[in-house]
Amino acid sequence: MTYLTKPKFHHPALPKNALGYTHRDYEGTISTLCAGCGHDSITAAVIQACFELSIEPHRVAKISGIGCSSKTPTYFLGNSHGFNSVHGRMPAVLTGANLANRDLIYLGVSGDGDSASIGLGQFAHSIRRGVNMVYIVENNGVYGLTKGQFSATADRGSKSKRGFINTDNSIDLAAMALQLGATFVARSFSGDKAQLVPIIKAAIEHRGAAFLDVISPCVAFNNHTGSTKSFDYVREHNEAVNRLDFISSRMPIEVKYEPGTVEVVEQHDGSKLALRKLATDYDISDRVSALGFLQQQTAKGQVVTGLLYVQSDSDDLHAHLSTVERPLNALGEKELCPGQAALEKINASLR
Amino acid sequence: MPIQRVNDFVVRFGNVNGSGSASANEMFARAVLRMGVPVAPRNIFPSNIQGLPTWYEVRITEAGHLGARGGVDLMVAMNPQTWEKDLASIDPGGYLFYDSTKPLPASKFRDDITVIGVPLTAICNREYTDPRQRQLFKNIIYIGVLTALLDMDVKVVEQLIGEQYKGKEKLVPPNIHALHLGRDYALMNLECPIGLKLKRADAVGDRIFIEGNSAAALGAVYGGATVCAWYPITPSSSLADAFTRHCAKLRVDPVSKKAKYAIIQAEDELASIGMVIGAGWNGARAFTATSGPGISLMQEFIGLAYFAEIPAVIFDVQRAGPSTGMPTRTQQCDLISCAYASHGDTKHVLLFPEDPAEAFEFSAAAFDLADRLQTPIFVMLDLDIGMNHRLSKPLAWDDNRAYDRGKVMTAAELEAGKEFGRYLDVDGDGIPYRTYPGTHPTKGSFFTRGTSRDRYAKYTEEGAPYVDNMQRLLRKFETAKDLVPRPLQANSANPTKYGIIYYGSTSPAMDEAIHMIEANGQPLDRLRIRAFPFHSSVPSFLADHDFVFVVEQNRDAQMRSLIVNECNVDPVRLVPVLHFDGTPITARFIAKSIGEHLEKLKMTPMRVVS
Repeated sequence: MTYLTKPKFHHPALPKNALGYTHRDYEGTISTLCAGCGHDSITAAVIQACFELSIEPHRVAKISGIGCSSKTPTYFLGNSHGFNSVHGRMPAVLTGANLANRDLIYLGVSGDGDSASIGLGQFAHSIRRGVNMVYIVENNGVYGLTKGQFSATADRGSKSKRGFINTDNSIDLAAMALQLGATFVARSFSGDKAQLVPIIKAAIEHRGAAFLDVISPCVAFNNHTGSTKSFDYVREHNEAVNRLDFISSRMPIEVKYEPGTVEVVEQHDGSKLALRKLATDYDISDRVSALGFLQQQTAKGQVVTGLLYVQSDSDDLHAHLSTVERPLNALGEKELCPGQAALEKINASLR
Repeated sequence: MPIQRVNDFVVRFGNVNGSGSASANEMFARAVLRMGVPVAPRNIFPSNIQGLPTWYEVRITEAGHLGARGGVDLMVAMNPQTWEKDLASIDPGGYLFYDSTKPLPASKFRDDITVIGVPLTAICNREYTDPRQRQLFKNIIYIGVLTALLDMDVKVVEQLIGEQYKGKEKLVPPNIHALHLGRDYALMNLECPIGLKLKRADAVGDRIFIEGNSAAALGAVYGGATVCAWYPITPSSSLADAFTRHCAKLRVDPVSKKAKYAIIQAEDELASIGMVIGAGWNGARAFTATSGPGISLMQEFIGLAYFAEIPAVIFDVQRAGPSTGMPTRTQQCDLISCAYASHGDTKHVLLFPEDPAEAFEFSAAAFDLADRLQTPIFVMLDLDIGMNHRLSKPLAWDDNRAYDRGKVMTAAELEAGKEFGRYLDVDGDGIPYRTYPGTHPTKGSFFTRGTSRDRYAKYTEEGAPYVDNMQRLLRKFETAKDLVPRPLQANSANPTKYGIIYYGSTSPAMDEAIHMIEANGQPLDRLRIRAFPFHSSVPSFLADHDFVFVVEQNRDAQMRSLIVNECNVDPVRLVPVLHFDGTPITARFIAKSIGEHLEKLKMTPMRVVS
């Protein structure tokens, strides 16, 4: 087996989006992950989000590190360029790619081993810099490809499949992203597609570093009693702070809400986020309170999900560097080379 | 007998780091240059910001020998910490210029040198009250003394002071005053000039005075680099700093005032090379500047770029290793770690510039080569070239030159139905076509990975496609041999069976040494290697000579190892000549080492007596 293709035929009545593409145009090759893997649900959510947003698939660059999660970019957006790089280094590769061409959509896919252990530094620094990207961590608390070792997001006291108790403290990547200045932070659950799809859509339209921590149970190594990343545990302890309806700038708001229950946040491109509040006091524009709330609920054993923070007037690394509007990879010698006359002046100044 | 020389001697300044001496010393070197006499200055500095000893050596050489000479004719000893060492470094018959404010016993001196004492501290204390002024003007005062001792044109120094403080004109008169304080003291109290003299000449020509790192950074600007990601490390930091400076002047859009470049100071070398690879994958010209320890950290990513075939340019400004080694001392010690960087079977292209002019030229060329070959290109600088001002031919650019972006398939070609296989060798040169991300809605996309794949970029762990791909990468490396800068050969006037191979910053010392060796009646042919992999003229040169000296600045004869490994030559025929104490190689060292070897080879063969 080298790889698996999907048959091209599909139902003639399959719905089409504004570009005339069907859902199938956003798929990739058949997943080689385990049956029932949470990651496949995330793949499906990415496909649906891109379809619904009518994104041209080839205008997305998919970049990942190493691990089960990092394999998933082959399973969606088959007409996009993808880059399965080295372990823990997706953020650097993505940053460089983004600098080269600011016009593409950058989807960084990583896992908890990839981002919280070997790549913790790169995760942190890419968030700090405000790289315009959607950074998804498919978080299952274990190393799947190497068969079930704890990762750095495994909760202290949780039990491995082989019966070991984790004695190390866990890393909360969403809390770190908040502290590091991410302008969009969300946590979701691969088992809750209705919550996840609008979050991904909003993250794609967001300008700046959008970080998504998606709890994604590992059916092979971390779905047992005693695990805090199993389907059952997350369902029981899931505490959603809000339900998001993403409304693209291209569509008018049609949804009707009861007054006082909905907050509408407008992003830089005019896209609107309508949030049905579930935790009444939760303010998604307050970074400091968001951090406090996360820590309080985590201490109670709860898994807080939803859109945790968004900064509506966000900007990104290109704005910080004040780069030209045209992608750097589109500039040629005419724009880049100062020529012999300038060089002669430089020579003269060096005598 | 005191040394008597005109326009051919070495002045060494011994200072304390952070005392402001560097700009005064550099002004001295520039003044000599303005008198039409070539200089080769070298900064010998510690890994420190303030307090440790630092030296600045100026070789004054009308003959134009730009390598380090070795030995000192005039020691300007301003650092009591290194008094003994500095005193010992003076050649017999040489001169010592010191601050005589505090009397020293006769036992502190040597009787085979001329001692020149000037009470610099006393002069400063009399003239200035502010301690910082006392410190800074002391440097200018000793330059004033030197103008008298060496019979320099003081107008030239005054003019340089004016240029240095352009925009801060009120600093000019006090500096000129300090200059004359020293000069007048010397003219009134000392015998001027001494046996070492400067005389106006016309030996500089149109050459420029520039550091290799700055020239390499300019090469990156001219070569079209738009993304620079780096992590500070001596001796490479000034390359990224220079790129930043040059871009601010040359690469800002005049209308929008926006930058046509992006520079990121990364969190470490792994991130910097990762960003370069991401940018290269996405079609921008990108580079990083680092030194040996950074290369060590980048190994995994370099293997990825080799195997996934992504253009990248890496400037390695070499310093003495291993580990932290001697971070402020020069060596050519990263050849092996760069040539075969990363695990598995890898080979990389290395370029060896000899001076700032070539640093500029090879830097710009590296971006074309990286795009053409779709692989990392290493520009192998070192501290000696990178961080010292070197007299160099003017930088030149052909305005008709177009960038070679290599084999990039366009949307139009894809649309027209041209076959695209990311790792398909359509031209037989081992180089496949690539597409930039986002080119075409339905054609030409592919998945880049460090794992094995077939010619159409489809993941596979089967043996045959893996071998097919690895063999193609070797073909590509063969192609590189004819694309990289060729070796330069210089044959002796007399036929000889002996040759020398050398590269990089050894050049100026070799140019001088060859005259010394040939003056001894020992003709030698020379080959300067300018790139790896080796062009076919390297094995030819080896075939044409019985013995070849390989001169380099490392302990393990790394270039010799590369030659043995890649050219299948009998190692016995390659004689290593190695200099690796962290100081730049000298002509005296080369001439002596090779001379001794040649004497041994000259011995009459033993005869069998019947």
